[in-house]
Amino acid sequence: MDNAFGQPQNVVVLGGSSDIARAITRKLCAARAHTVVLAGRNQQLLDSAAAEAQEYGATKTDTVIFEASHTTNAGHIVSECFEKVGDRVDLVIVAIGLLNNQFEIENDASEVNEMVMANFAWPVVALAETRRRLVEQGSGRILVISSVASVRVRRSMYLYAGAKAGLDRLCVGLADSLEGTGVTLQLLRPGVVRSRMTEGQSPVPFTTGVNEVAENVMRGLASGERVIWSPPILRYVFGVLRHLPAPIFRRITADR
Amino acid sequence: MSTKLYGWGRTAPSFSTVVEPDSDAQVVNEFATGSPLIPRGLGRSYGDAAQLSGGVVMSNLALRSMSPIDHDGVVTLGAGVSIDELLRVAIPQGWFVPVTPGTRQVTMGGAVAADVHGKNHHVDGSFANHVRSMNLVTPSGPHEVSPNADPELFWATVGAMGLTGMITSVTLQLMPIETDHVLVDTERFNTLEGVMASMRERDDAYQYSVAWVDCMSRGAHMGRAILTRATHARAHEVQEPTLDAPRASKVVVPFDAPSGLLNPLSVRAFNEVWFRSSPKFQEGEAQSLSAFFHPLDGVRDWNRLYGKKGFVQYQFCVPDDQPDAVVSCVERLSSSGVASFLAVLKRFGPSNPGLLSFPMPGWTLALDLPVGPSALPSVLDDLDELVLKAGGRIYFAKDARLAPQNARRMYPRIDEFLAIKERVDPRHQLTSDLARRLQLVGK
Repeated sequence: MDNAFGQPQNVVVLGGSSDIARAITRKLCAARAHTVVLAGRNQQLLDSAAAEAQEYGATKTDTVIFEASHTTNAGHIVSECFEKVGDRVDLVIVAIGLLNNQFEIENDASEVNEMVMANFAWPVVALAETRRRLVEQGSGRILVISSVASVRVRRSMYLYAGAKAGLDRLCVGLADSLEGTGVTLQLLRPGVVRSRMTEGQSPVPFTTGVNEVAENVMRGLASGERVIWSPPILRYVFGVLRHLPAPIFRRITADR
Repeated sequence: MSTKLYGWGRTAPSFSTVVEPDSDAQVVNEFATGSPLIPRGLGRSYGDAAQLSGGVVMSNLALRSMSPIDHDGVVTLGAGVSIDELLRVAIPQGWFVPVTPGTRQVTMGGAVAADVHGKNHHVDGSFANHVRSMNLVTPSGPHEVSPNADPELFWATVGAMGLTGMITSVTLQLMPIETDHVLVDTERFNTLEGVMASMRERDDAYQYSVAWVDCMSRGAHMGRAILTRATHARAHEVQEPTLDAPRASKVVVPFDAPSGLLNPLSVRAFNEVWFRSSPKFQEGEAQSLSAFFHPLDGVRDWNRLYGKKGFVQYQFCVPDDQPDAVVSCVERLSSSGVASFLAVLKRFGPSNPGLLSFPMPGWTLALDLPVGPSALPSVLDDLDELVLKAGGRIYFAKDARLAPQNARRMYPRIDEFLAIKERVDPRHQLTSDLARRLQLVGK
């Protein structure tokens, strides 16, 4: 169960080897999380994330391997994670994401398919099964990692940001659909985070580290706010950016 | 239909199906459905003890019977009757509850389930010490239990937060009073050590004793305190002896205050005024029973002052030979700057045999802490370690954040409890969000 500070005990992380997911998992384990099931596509990375979770206080960890390249396995993977927890699940983190260099892939249909699958379609199908199971148990929380990039999609990453935008908007409605069920969904919208995913990108204002994001998540889980911005100031920055006329927005994002 | 339920601290809400049986037979029927289930009274436990997400919460509020009070002061009450309702009838007849917590808004069932204590614990013990017998409906059927009839089940139920079954009625021994007033001695202390020394030396001369401690002041005034001690006024000790029933509260907090209202600054200011407005030393002041015992009942829904994020109450007790643990806890709090609006210190007398009953001979400190400061969770985890090291424990009725391994260390008799629970609840139907969180009863 969650405690008064929104600290969960049994956690499932889809995309559990990503740097942000690992930073969040470390903080959760240092608080109250004792059972953690991590799902991802690289066994070695998952094993090291699981070992890290134990180091930070988890007493039971397990891993599930999957590819997010087609959606047919998504429901089954979620079920496998829940069964490996073997108890009520307090928090499901959806941390799946794929960021490729768009200029290299935008004309390649199969690469575009991969981006849309990983950033949108697979998470949506996984969320359907997550929702069903949590509503059935009558409690639980979902944290979906979106991106501030989804708030105003810019040209240099319209595939990634556009897919995230689809996920983000869908989750807003999904969160509403959960009202009165005992289950809640929160969105995390981080800015650019220094991690493996963003290696080599040109620097952007308000860039943060993964631990800062994880700290914002812990606060967000405690307060229960529906959208967690990281850093928090981006709520206001994007409040302005989203309404900028297109020519101005194109100009200020020209080299990004 | 699902109902959203909170504890009094208004953290961690959960959705449950609420049923309100009005007879033992209906309670039996509810158990027969096989759903996971927990009893609930007026919802005054602070955390998640009386809620069960996705399960059935069985309210006792329709169990409202009340026998006449016999000439020895023994009364049999439906488990949903509150101390408030009992006092309305009892005080005019010259009887008072033997134990009352800081609010009258607790039911008989809840008072046993939490084994509540009051300002007289050092003399009279906790609530269950005055229970002659009770009816308990468990998944295996109804039982009449008392310290003599099935004492095992009786003492397993005391303090067990509803996890052995639904208490449907309680037979209680009341205490005679001559007036509806108490005579109060008040004293101010500049240090925590000072007030603790006085409590250790002189509490035994009073039936009631409690100290309010300022956890926000630092340096030389760390832990300054106001100590109030009282005894019931005899008829010849007041000018016009009366026996009037308590009045209903008129002041209501109609909506949630902004979450930051009670912050270190405002609390420090309040504490300063509170401390200075109290007399340095005053003897024999006559106060009404409700002013002395239930000051917060004067404001309905006062928990909303803590805003939407709610608050946690941290209450621990430590053995008599560990007063330093109390001092260390207050030091840790005052140095972390976490605001505590109310800190209440009191001495406990002997424990009763309740397997999960909270009080142990020594000291107890209770603190109200608004949720919000990001340091709070780890500060409280540090306090847990201090309390454990001193051989103490924290109170399930207040808890909303303890770690499961620490709950077991604090309540070493939990396995005895589980063995008795197994006898009456072999299918593990009785559980709660608290029991799940603290892993008290398995999955």
